[in-house]
Amino acid sequence: MSDITDAIVNAFYLIITADRDLVEIVILSLQVNLLAIFISCAIGLSLGALLAVYRFRGRTITLIALSALMGLPPVVVGLIVYMFLSNSGPLGVLGLLYTPTAMVIAQVILITPIIAALTRQTLEAIYEEYKEQLKSLGVGKLGMAATLLWDGRYQLITVILVGFGRALSEVGAVMIVGGNINHVTRIMTTAIALETSKGNLSLALGLGIILIILSFIVNGLVHAINLTAERYAYA
Amino acid sequence: MLNSAQVTNLFPLKVENLSLNFGGRNKSQPLINGMSFTINQSGITAIMGPNGAGKSLTLRLLHGLLIPTSGKISWYQKGENSEQTKAMQNQQAMVFQKPVLLRRSVTENLRYTLRVKNITDKNEQQKLIDEALEKAGLEDQAKNPARRLSGGEQQKLAMVRALMTRPAILFLDEPTASLDPNATKAIEDMVLSASEAGTKIIIVTHDIGQANRITDEIIFLNKGQMTEQAPTKTLIEAPQSKAARQYFRGEIVLDD
Repeated sequence: MSDITDAIVNAFYLIITADRDLVEIVILSLQVNLLAIFISCAIGLSLGALLAVYRFRGRTITLIALSALMGLPPVVVGLIVYMFLSNSGPLGVLGLLYTPTAMVIAQVILITPIIAALTRQTLEAIYEEYKEQLKSLGVGKLGMAATLLWDGRYQLITVILVGFGRALSEVGAVMIVGGNINHVTRIMTTAIALETSKGNLSLALGLGIILIILSFIVNGLVHAINLTAERYAYA
Repeated sequence: MLNSAQVTNLFPLKVENLSLNFGGRNKSQPLINGMSFTINQSGITAIMGPNGAGKSLTLRLLHGLLIPTSGKISWYQKGENSEQTKAMQNQQAMVFQKPVLLRRSVTENLRYTLRVKNITDKNEQQKLIDEALEKAGLEDQAKNPARRLSGGEQQKLAMVRALMTRPAILFLDEPTASLDPNATKAIEDMVLSASEAGTKIIIVTHDIGQANRITDEIIFLNKGQMTEQAPTKTLIEAPQSKAARQYFRGEIVLDD
């Protein structure tokens, strides 16, 4: 029991004193995840908006595939990215394996389908309401997609934060392609897994506390944004 | 926007043997079945008939929101994506029974329409927005979210948004169906004023009193077919078809 108490006390001590290792890991985590979410949003929001307004042969299969990709097992994604980036793989020449870039690639593959599928679902509901009016005004399909992205902005912030939350909690894929190398590719989730296995519960717990706080912040933002949207009847 | 000579060229609007047939189980039963009529430029035309007669579908076909299965509408010659259709649609506007307002402020709803219609000059935009706000009596609500307006205010906003680019033709699909008498009066005044300014109005309505007050002729539909077309007073006082007689007497129009 005292071990656990000590670990908790030490964890808070590491946080309050801004322990160098801990801060370095948190900063790298945020860098990798924010870059991944930025790239995923650029692809996923556009793709989702286009899927919301365009009707084409094979659309249903595309939507089913996108939904299926939302549940991609992270370790499998990690394995595939590893195979592509390893020395014997087709992209091995780039030398990206065990770098933060490899981790960003894996995260993007995992998060983009989530952002795209949720964006499509969110914007299609608005599209059903808007389509006759926009067509009546003479707005083309691309114009409609842009209009939906703007008018659905509050719901889409929620979608983005869901994606960010997913990235923040990911461990399997980034562990495989990043290698969890100290000072290079060690992020919060992989560090927690490693430090726990080493018995260094203080650092693991300290990082865990920060992860939980970030998770609370993300969820709090989702809630606050939804309330704001409702208050201003933009939702 | 069209000049008066171009508008004159659009009329008379000739609808010939128009049919609409959605796919599915009832494919054999067309929703619009061989409809033909002519609409002239002057006055306000009402499309009336019992529920399921095809009034709203006819309006959407005329506006180009739906593509007919067969038949011809004189102002669409080449089909869905022709340049002519796009140019033609640009001269039209439509107001729906339930106003569709963007999730933006009142002003931004108006500005969006101007941008779509390629009116990009900021001064001209502001002038048209100010005029529209004044017409709708929404000057005090300019910065408020459009979707927080009352039902009547929302419909007034939808009306001025449709009229602000001075379309040649305005389609109205039961625009006062869910409004109180005051809001109905305000919308009817806008319709009359737009008609006087030269916009051709084609309105779907169930309200016989409204047809009497503001329209000049009625096209009466029943079961996807046009049963008669006549000046408003003539048709209401002496309808020729059985369905129209029952409808204007307030009887329930039953299937034969």
